[in-house]
Amino acid sequence: MKSAVITFPGSNCDRDMDIALKKFGFKNEMVWHDDNELPKSDLIVLPGGFSYGDYLRCGSMASKSKIMNSVIEFANSGGLVMGICNGFQILVETGLLPGVLLRNKYLEFICKNIFVKVENNNNPYFKNLNKNILELHIAHNEGNYFCTAEQLKEIEDNNQIAIYYSDKDGKTDEEFNPNGSMKNIAGIFNKNKNVLGMMPHPERMIDESLSGEDGSLFFKNLINNIK
Amino acid sequence: MIEVNEKIAIEHGLKKDEYKKICDLLKRTPNITELGIFSAMWNEHCSYKSSRLHLKKLPTKGKKVIQGPGENAGVIDIEDGDAIVFKIESHNHPSFIEPYQGAATGVGGIMRDVFTMGARPIANLNSIHFGSPQHKKTKNLLRGVVHGIGGYGNCIGVPTIAGQTSFDSSYNGNILVNAMTLGLVKKNKIFYSKAAGIDKPVIYVGSKTGRDGIHGASMASASFDEKIEEKKPTVQVGDPFTEKLLLEACLELMAGDSIIAIQDMGAAGLTSSSIEMASKGNLGIELNLNKVPCREGKMTPYEIMLSESQERMLIVLENGKEELAKKIFDKWNLDFAVIGKTTNTKNIELFFDNQQVAKIPVNTLVENSPMYDRKWKKAKLPKKNKIKKEIFNKLKIKDILSKILSNPNVCSKEWIWQQYDHTVMGDTIQKPGGNSGVVRVHETDKAVAATVDSSAVYCWAHPLTGGKQVVCESWRNLISVGATPIAITNCLNFGSPENEDNMGEFVECVQGIGEASKFLEFPVVSGNVSFYNQTKEVGIKPTPAIGGVGLIKNYKQMITMDFKEINNLVLIIGKTEGHMDQSLFARTILDEKNGPPPEINLFNEKNNGETLLQLIKNDFIKSAHDVSLGGIITAISKMCIKGNKGFEFEKLNIFMNEIEYLFSEDQGRYIIEINPSDLQKVSKILEKNSVHFDELGKIIDKYLIINQKTKVTIDELKSYNTSWLKEYMN
Repeated sequence: MKSAVITFPGSNCDRDMDIALKKFGFKNEMVWHDDNELPKSDLIVLPGGFSYGDYLRCGSMASKSKIMNSVIEFANSGGLVMGICNGFQILVETGLLPGVLLRNKYLEFICKNIFVKVENNNNPYFKNLNKNILELHIAHNEGNYFCTAEQLKEIEDNNQIAIYYSDKDGKTDEEFNPNGSMKNIAGIFNKNKNVLGMMPHPERMIDESLSGEDGSLFFKNLINNIK
Repeated sequence: MIEVNEKIAIEHGLKKDEYKKICDLLKRTPNITELGIFSAMWNEHCSYKSSRLHLKKLPTKGKKVIQGPGENAGVIDIEDGDAIVFKIESHNHPSFIEPYQGAATGVGGIMRDVFTMGARPIANLNSIHFGSPQHKKTKNLLRGVVHGIGGYGNCIGVPTIAGQTSFDSSYNGNILVNAMTLGLVKKNKIFYSKAAGIDKPVIYVGSKTGRDGIHGASMASASFDEKIEEKKPTVQVGDPFTEKLLLEACLELMAGDSIIAIQDMGAAGLTSSSIEMASKGNLGIELNLNKVPCREGKMTPYEIMLSESQERMLIVLENGKEELAKKIFDKWNLDFAVIGKTTNTKNIELFFDNQQVAKIPVNTLVENSPMYDRKWKKAKLPKKNKIKKEIFNKLKIKDILSKILSNPNVCSKEWIWQQYDHTVMGDTIQKPGGNSGVVRVHETDKAVAATVDSSAVYCWAHPLTGGKQVVCESWRNLISVGATPIAITNCLNFGSPENEDNMGEFVECVQGIGEASKFLEFPVVSGNVSFYNQTKEVGIKPTPAIGGVGLIKNYKQMITMDFKEINNLVLIIGKTEGHMDQSLFARTILDEKNGPPPEINLFNEKNNGETLLQLIKNDFIKSAHDVSLGGIITAISKMCIKGNKGFEFEKLNIFMNEIEYLFSEDQGRYIIEINPSDLQKVSKILEKNSVHFDELGKIIDKYLIINQKTKVTIDELKSYNTSWLKEYMN
């Protein structure tokens, strides 16, 4: 299985994502933001970490990068595109995903382990996953998902909400919401479920010596689903 | 052009005799640009004129030392061709004036020192000290500094893995912000700042030069007064995004063989970077200042030379490599300009608008810079206090414990470190909140542990003992995670060197640091001195911060401090004598501020530490924590909280009062957890090495049980420990 990770100026989780994808069997290639063409891939990943310093608005400048034209085209033709953290922010800026990501409710950067409840298994990312509550890691300043009432109705009607912040038992009460995100939303799909954006970093949870191993489950399942 | 005279020299922070010396060395009156350059190179921050004499006495060599003080950072060998580059640096004065930018640029500056040497930064640490929590400025300064450190480190994508935060009223008017970075490099790819060869192109890369930070280093060499707010424009503004680009571009260029020497533009910007490269190479340097990329129009040579705009580097390239280098910097959208060349004149010569605007022999700025043997007063060891035992009878252990665990200097700093990305780069195997932060050496079985410590109260009570203690504390924190200590970096934060008491504190702390680091074979490889941490006449408590680095050969043998298993036994290594003076208990519960700090016995320190390492290498140790502020009970409580387990004291020492036993701060001690079946083997090793130890009790569920009267739930302990800072900041 082939994957590609885009490096924008200022990306800093690109290496971590490269390592994670390779660890679970992807043949991964790094792609420079200023390139025009994507290599032939089964999965495109927009990594986390402050593209263009997150100046102006998170993800906004990266969304206008040359390579993004090809990424948008790839997504519109049904290709799998996954954005993690800053990658999620870039995806909403391109319009591939609805809504926006606002500054965290308490106006502070948060770096910690959290739990998410997987809501929707009918998609290439979470299908066949034998666990519906995952422990993942977040590290962001702007993860507070927001959209209009009409957009919310639409994404709910289309089952576009991928994961919710929860406790370890899957309760999605407000107290388990780390950043004020609407409805505890931690990740969403586009209508066709081929584009996924999420704030948590599965690539930081792929080793028992690090924060945990639920990221491994996610990647193992993902590559099996693509095969 | 401004006519230079003595008055102007004094306005530049120079003393009368220093100005005279400049005129003598040049055999003429300097022009304003030259005066600016002298003042930048001769101020305390850059010249170390009050400290050099004493710093020379520190042990800086060792089997593992590749590069000691004198370069951008120290370098140590961690085997297999790998090396760690590390250094700590202060950014105290700017952080008090403008906490966000001051702290942010402190982090940016120290990271540049590390990647200038070819190393990719792999971990950041910091030691930050604020005034009393009740002081009106403290809260905003704390918030600003934490946001600044996070803002820079998070953006560039280097994990902040450990740190230290303290509060003391002596920092009310002068907070301390010390930032430390570790970088990883191949031993054969280390870059230095020594220029070599004549007619080699001198390259400017990175951000453009603006008017920010002019005379920042001079500000850091003076005391604060009520006009401090006016100094805001001397604080630099950080741009972590540009630094990230600069990091990647420099490492890309360094992969080849184009660079002869490289130096970041830190304090005193273009001035100190160009002069240091020339001085180390025993060369001259010629710069055309019209070629320097400027952010603002009509900048004068004086401004260009003294700007402290951030994220800039100066490089001496091999001839003919300009195009190749330019291509890399173009790719990363960074400025690139050939601004001069190396010469054999041993002068620094500056040109602007086709005119020579400065010509100074390099040695006058460096070797001939002033060095002072300042007067200093030796501190007496204070007399021991006699604490009346009746006082103890009136106190309830649970009440004391709740006060100690929630004390601002002991309580959990989660509110702070949760705002730092501590997991990016995917190698952080011990997060903040432990004895040391630990990161794996990427794609190997090795890991590097790092800690930063200071004990201002001990140093204030007796500088010599305090100096030794901080080094020992750093050593213990590394050993507690299973790392073999290798070397230290120091950030020496003191009041005015022109005050005999403050100077005495400096001299004796340095002596203490030297003695301990020599005995422990824990050399000093880099560091920084920050004097004039004082407002008007009042200096801060002497605060040498020590950053220690150690190596764990197999990261799977790393130790954490959380209690692991119910029924495991808990021992204390090192002897408890009941030293209460300067303990947190004496200072906060009894309000007794006098007396000597706990004594340091370097022999025991070394022996205890090395024996514990041996136990760790034999896999006997399940968890470990050194005993420091707050004594045995504080250490045990933290191990309970982290492991979510209880503990029952079974054998309290009967030779002293319980309170003395639990809260005294004798040094050289560690709490360890072992499997009961290993007790005999562990005792044998400890006895064989003549290490004193006592059995304390065993791990149980849910409760900390001290005696029949005192039983505390783990949830209570947690709430004592975690609530203060959160509530204070909200």
